[in-house]
Amino acid sequence: MYEHDVIVVGAGGAGLRAAVAADEAGADVAIVSKLHPVRSHTGAAEGGINAALREGDSWEDHAYDTMKGSDYLGDAPAIETLCQNSPYEVIQLEHWGMAFSREDDGRVSQRPFGGLSFPRTTYAGAETGHHLLHTLYEQVVKRGIEVYDEWHVMNLAVTDEERPEDRHCHGVVGYDVASGEVSGFKARDGVILATGGPGQAFDHTTNAVSCTGDGQAMAYRAGVPLEDMEFIQFHPTTLPSTGVLISEGVRGEGGILYNEDGERFMFERGYANNDGELASRDVVSRAELTEVNEGRGIEDEYVHLDMRHLGEERITDRLENILHLAEDFEGADGLDEPMPVKPGQHYAMGGLETDENGETCVGGLYAAGECACASVHGANRLGGNALPELIVFGKRAGHHAAGKEMESAEIETGQRGEFERATVDSPVELGDPGSFGDAVADGGAVAAGGTADPDTLLEDAVEAERQRIDELLNTDGIHHSEVRSDVQETMTAKVNVFREEDGLKEALRELRAARDRYEDVAVQDPSTTFNTDLLQTIETRNILDLAEAITVGALARKEFRGAHWRAEAQERKDDEWLKHTMLSWNEGDPELWYRPVILEGENKEYEPKVRSY
Amino acid sequence: MSTQLPQQESEESTAEEAAEPAATDHDHEHTGGPRRDVGDKTTDTEHEPADTEDTREIRVFRYDPEIEGKQEPRFDTFHVPFTRGMTVLDAVIYARDNFDPSLTFRHSCRQAVCGSDAFFVNGEQRLGCKTQISDLEEPIRIEPLPHQDVVKDLVVDMDHFYEEMEAVDPYFDPDETPDGELEEQRQSRANREKVKMSTRCIWCGACFSSCNIAAGDNEYLGPAALNKAYRFAMDEREGDGKTQERLETIEQDHGVWRCQTQFSCTNVCPKDIPLTEHIQELKREAVKSNLKFW
Ligand SMILES: Cc1cc2nc3c(=O)[nH]c(=O)nc-3n(C[C@H](O)[C@H](O)[C@H](O)COP(=O)(O)OP(=O)(O)OC[C@H]3O[C@@H](n4cnc5c(N)ncnc54)[C@H](O)[C@@H]3O)c2cc1C
Ligand code: SF4
Ligand code: FES
Repeated sequence: MYEHDVIVVGAGGAGLRAAVAADEAGADVAIVSKLHPVRSHTGAAEGGINAALREGDSWEDHAYDTMKGSDYLGDAPAIETLCQNSPYEVIQLEHWGMAFSREDDGRVSQRPFGGLSFPRTTYAGAETGHHLLHTLYEQVVKRGIEVYDEWHVMNLAVTDEERPEDRHCHGVVGYDVASGEVSGFKARDGVILATGGPGQAFDHTTNAVSCTGDGQAMAYRAGVPLEDMEFIQFHPTTLPSTGVLISEGVRGEGGILYNEDGERFMFERGYANNDGELASRDVVSRAELTEVNEGRGIEDEYVHLDMRHLGEERITDRLENILHLAEDFEGADGLDEPMPVKPGQHYAMGGLETDENGETCVGGLYAAGECACASVHGANRLGGNALPELIVFGKRAGHHAAGKEMESAEIETGQRGEFERATVDSPVELGDPGSFGDAVADGGAVAAGGTADPDTLLEDAVEAERQRIDELLNTDGIHHSEVRSDVQETMTAKVNVFREEDGLKEALRELRAARDRYEDVAVQDPSTTFNTDLLQTIETRNILDLAEAITVGALARKEFRGAHWRAEAQERKDDEWLKHTMLSWNEGDPELWYRPVILEGENKEYEPKVRSY
Repeated sequence: MSTQLPQQESEESTAEEAAEPAATDHDHEHTGGPRRDVGDKTTDTEHEPADTEDTREIRVFRYDPEIEGKQEPRFDTFHVPFTRGMTVLDAVIYARDNFDPSLTFRHSCRQAVCGSDAFFVNGEQRLGCKTQISDLEEPIRIEPLPHQDVVKDLVVDMDHFYEEMEAVDPYFDPDETPDGELEEQRQSRANREKVKMSTRCIWCGACFSSCNIAAGDNEYLGPAALNKAYRFAMDEREGDGKTQERLETIEQDHGVWRCQTQFSCTNVCPKDIPLTEHIQELKREAVKSNLKFW
């Protein structure tokens, strides 16, 4: 068993920043990550990091823009914390040497981004995330922080009191990918989850293969509620064969979208008569899918994004990396032909419920980054607002876990304070009732020990995972990839940018069937050396739980807000729905409830307005 | 001899060496040898989808130190259906998910930023996700990176590479930072431009694997680590003392002077980093600073 004060699970921007902060606060901190840190998906972020740095701009304006962008589903204390701290955290990165793009006077450049009232997006070329990730990893190396890389965390060691609010997390169980060793990692002071988003719940996504939402699923099963999971951002221009993102920059420079009949459908079919191709992400995504659904897509799948008319000079000057992306990942020459594009899953606004210090309702358990929901993005994330979230809340979680004195949070977690219980009209049984204690079926939730001492708890948790692996390796059955692809197809077909009641119910039926089939999965590779077959089988289980949570939220929320569109309710309903969708695992019998949104800021109350640009 | 390939072809490795993963060169004689079935769960025919489909033939290196039948390296042949835009990574994913779930390789981002999937494809170090199948001659041979220990199938042990990367103090280390918490440590555009290419490295290890010198000298820092040192040594915001320290690090016995400007690293780098040029410039800086300090 390994032991540290603070264990950080995940080594993307959020995890690395949390580890550095815990180290600064004097804790003995270690990072456990299934990928080597520099392989984390933060490295894929292109556009930039929002921070109000300049005269004429202010954190208040940034907060206003973010609240409006969230369609009034963000919590003011979280949004204000983000916007107040982002400038300091961005300059901290700058002091750590991050290769920001510069102005003539040597200061960090900023550019305009959708939904922002001031050009406040700092960036490092078109590879901001890469530079952020590497700069943070450099600081981890500098401080000699211990990294257990290619250790896959399989479960958390959480006590099993009846109410999640009374439980405590004492560590995690890891699997050494290279050797197959299963070991406990005991955390004396706290565990911080920074495991990224659940993009792999969809079959067409800009997210990496590793984005399987492990931390979300593990903590959900251990009692942490999932918040606002139905809010998924779809990006309108991704390459059909891989999901690789084609930046908004192409449309910004004048790129045009065409359907199979050569119509400029954004205008000709009336989707956005003013903004055309530059309408917001959700509007363009829905327009593209309508074209395809009505038979005007190319190969019944995608539309064309044409930039040829911009001319070779302008394209190579401003959009050179797009030419490479289209060539390398789609085999298309953007100078010579239009590029095929379609909407793809891009970002999850929801996640593990935390307060503005990154703390969940389970004692000693924190979450930061895309896996968490503080909530900053509400119903829709603005471009350039995820990266600052990583560094601001990563740092706060690191400090808090390390025991640094901090202001107490205003956001309530767990079923405390004001909340409302609810039910969802599901056509099938949700979750996994009755599987509790069956290591494979319940995802290895710790059933033993009650309030056992931390060591025993961890040993039991390790034993449960060994047993789970054993069972998975020593049975015959179907391959997890069949189940995974079914789930992904269901989600992309029915829980996409268009959502309607019958489709969502059908999706729940299909997910139920996928869950039942998962009971029969078996790992076909018997090796203990780098057994990716085993690890992906375990990830598929996590995807199942999260796909269901997304769908349940989508079915429950009968309104159109931000990224969530419902056929039956074409408007935002503030009277009824200024509240967060909460889902608790409840020992395999998921329970739906709601918590009111906090619109009360430090100096003002945010008044819901129409979100028009 | 400017690239790794000629050397490898002239190399005779014995079966024992090949079975011993510590011997980093895998055995080329397997290329022409008879291919064997994959484990006992799959058979030959399963590797071929329906005839009507347009397929591509890939031959993938297989090795697992603990699995009978895989302890001795071999190549498996898979016929994967071709689709527009298909990459080498897509092809091995297809083979894994449809023919043999034990086929093992690292991959994550699928867009050439995570640096996980550098393989040896038709005799050259390339990122699987950035290599279009349609650009390659069949049969497509996919092997793990040469000169690194093979862990399993296409997975190599990257620890040695990481150690070299971390041996050059790979972090920004200025003498002082601005007093104000919101005050920037300004950098000229020209200086940012100068280090720009060097900051693009994704730690894929392709350059290291292609380098003859690194293959022969286990302690040679290698092109990627030297490039990392370049990134900081050339940064105008670091102090002269630190720069001097950096130049001493890269000038050590297993540093820049080992480089014989063969350009193999530059040729394989998926991020088009002018590695050889950077190493040459470091040599010049080292000479200049020696003149200054002696
Ligand atoms: C293509 C793309 C472009 C983007 N562009 C921007 C942009 O311009 N601006 C912006 O603000 N945002 C952008 N985003 C969003 C933003 O990049 C992400 O939300 C953010 O990087 C997520 O960081 P993270 O640290 O939470 O997770 P990640 O970087 O995904 O890291 C997750 C970490 O968790 C580890 N992990 C996961 N599961 C386990 C497990 N079971 N055991 C151990 N370790 C585990 C992984 O190894 C990894 O280290 C973009 C996203 C994408 C996909
Ligand atoms: S320098 Fe290029 S080839 Fe070498 S590790 Fe970096 S990205 Fe890969
Ligand atoms: S999969 Fe990330 S570089 Fe190829």
